[in-house]
Amino acid sequence: MHYSDLLFIVPGHAVLSVAVWLILGSILLYMARQPAHRAILSFCSILHHGMRLSAISLRKAEARLSMRNREVLLAAGREATERMVEREFDRIGAAVNHSLAEFPALKREASEEITSIEEEHKQSSEVPPTPPAWHKAVEAVAKIPSSGDSMVAGVLEEIHKSMVKAQDKTVDEYRKSSHKRHQVLGKMLPHCRRLEHIMERMDKSVATLLNRSKSIDRHMQDHEDILKGSDRAQQMLSSSSITQFFIAALVLCIAVGGAVINFHLIMRPMQEMVGGNSYIMGFKTANVAALVIIFVEMAMGLFLMESMRITRLFPVINALDDKKRVRMIWATFVMLFILATIEASLAYMRDILSQDDAALLASLASQHATAAAGSAAAGSRWITTAAQMGMGFVLPFALTFVAIPLESFIHSLRTVLGIAGSYLLNALAVIFRVIGNVFNIGGKTLVQIYDLVIFAPLWVERMLKGRTAGTAKQGDQHFDSDSSLELGSAGR
Amino acid sequence: MKRIFGLPVVAILLLGIGLGGCADTKSHTQGVYMLVDTSGTYTHQLDHAQRIINYTLAKLNPGDSFAVADINTASFSQNNIIDKVTFDDRPSVSNEQKRQFRDAIDKFVKHVRPSGYTDITGGVLQAIEWLNEINPGTKTILIFSDMKQDLKKGYVRNIPFQMDGFHVVALNVTKLSSDNVDPRLYMDRLAAWQKKVEAGGGKWRVINDLQRLSGMLGNN
Repeated sequence: MHYSDLLFIVPGHAVLSVAVWLILGSILLYMARQPAHRAILSFCSILHHGMRLSAISLRKAEARLSMRNREVLLAAGREATERMVEREFDRIGAAVNHSLAEFPALKREASEEITSIEEEHKQSSEVPPTPPAWHKAVEAVAKIPSSGDSMVAGVLEEIHKSMVKAQDKTVDEYRKSSHKRHQVLGKMLPHCRRLEHIMERMDKSVATLLNRSKSIDRHMQDHEDILKGSDRAQQMLSSSSITQFFIAALVLCIAVGGAVINFHLIMRPMQEMVGGNSYIMGFKTANVAALVIIFVEMAMGLFLMESMRITRLFPVINALDDKKRVRMIWATFVMLFILATIEASLAYMRDILSQDDAALLASLASQHATAAAGSAAAGSRWITTAAQMGMGFVLPFALTFVAIPLESFIHSLRTVLGIAGSYLLNALAVIFRVIGNVFNIGGKTLVQIYDLVIFAPLWVERMLKGRTAGTAKQGDQHFDSDSSLELGSAGR
Repeated sequence: MKRIFGLPVVAILLLGIGLGGCADTKSHTQGVYMLVDTSGTYTHQLDHAQRIINYTLAKLNPGDSFAVADINTASFSQNNIIDKVTFDDRPSVSNEQKRQFRDAIDKFVKHVRPSGYTDITGGVLQAIEWLNEINPGTKTILIFSDMKQDLKKGYVRNIPFQMDGFHVVALNVTKLSSDNVDPRLYMDRLAAWQKKVEAGGGKWRVINDLQRLSGMLGNN
């Protein structure tokens, strides 16, 4: 007898057996209706409330994270603007120092020019020689009528001639004097131009200072916005951070490419130093050593940039006094230089090894091919050798500049992660809320479906209730009529 | 390339926990033992064998081991080994060793004399012994022969192989004139060797086209 045979309540009649099972099932479900409804509703309610509470918690966490993000962002922005303002002040200081250093010289130069102009002005202002004072008396005598006396006429004629002569002389002297003055005034012109040049230089210095002050005003405005914690400042900093993040990531990808090239340059010759057959965690020791060299170079580059105050990743280095900082700059630079030299040597060694490999392979392939290949390639071999050595030397210094995008990346990463985390929490809260509501509505729907499954017993129940209610109503009506009859008879 | 990009992560981890304590004890080297049949007319095929030896030399890395032995009347002997070498860790020294090895093989090929019998099993047993002794990460036996064993009377070679982790590659298995009459002889011969190798735990391959040697070595 199979287990499935037990399901056949009426042997040989599958349909009848199914019907009996359905009826039994419906009856059982009907009997368990109230507790089942309560169980479904409470279970769904628990889930609904759980999800709701989770959603509320996530919202709170998101709010806290957003607030923290805002604080961090504003703090970073504040620091950045302070740095900018500080830098602008440094520039202004430098400009003022430069201008002030020039100022005494300019002043002296201007004074000298002015003195020269004054002197030349004085020279030019000398009065031209006036005609002799007696010429008016003589002129009056000359105008006396001769009254026909030839002697008087002759005298007067002579006087007139003398007068004309004296006047001509005076005019000539006057012209000479004017010419002299023009010459003096002409000498003043270069002094005036020099003075103008000095003024222009001063004007330029002042304009530079004014521009710087405008820039400072702008940064100060940003700084004030940040200090106020305005939404505009936050949005500005946020978008700036995201842009910085992507730019820095792009530059870092390029740097990784450079590091990979560098790795390939020194990987093979490292086998000569540490052996080509030892492994660390499944990786060739030579490869790991090559990577370590590259990482050390990057670290040196970071310290160099940090010591030069281009980046600010390590507060300890930034806090060092200038003397120690300069020492550190030299120390890191020397180490970088040594590492770059080592890399150049390794690149040269790589080239030698490559040549050796190529020669060996050629000799293994054919004795004759060796000489042919060797002679063909030998002419241009130095180009690749020089290029490899050059790359080996330059790449460590180029990788030094990774510190700048790395700093931007690290700083912006905090903001980007914060924003992403905030969005994630928000999305999770929405999802939890939706799931909670689904459970809430789902519970009610399940109750309805439960009732749908046991619709037959429920229908019977309604019928019976209806009949009972009808009987009771009829009974009530009988009771009422009986009572009225009784009351009526009592009244009679 | 994937390994290269994965390396930085590993290197950072290593820097953190110290390089000294993480040495990899697993052997990454490979050992190759090549048997060259010098019986009868097979000596005419030795230029092919030379090509295969040169190819193998080109493919082997510093730290790998390589031996070439001939198959003659009694091959289970150290004397059959023409030359053997374990390459130095340094690539430059390793290249020099390869040159010397090639010269030794060239010398052998010039002065080889055909043997009367073909003791392949003895050669394989000698190869197993040598490879087990040097214990590389990958063990490969290359057999350059027609795989037709011809033992001198009195030589016992009905010995099962112990070849766990071994790769056996039969190279340039030429068809004999009798094989041409009945190809089943050739197929049965190869099947018998395959069965014997696989029964010993080894992996069996046949490469007759010498243009397809790229997958010949065990780790390729």
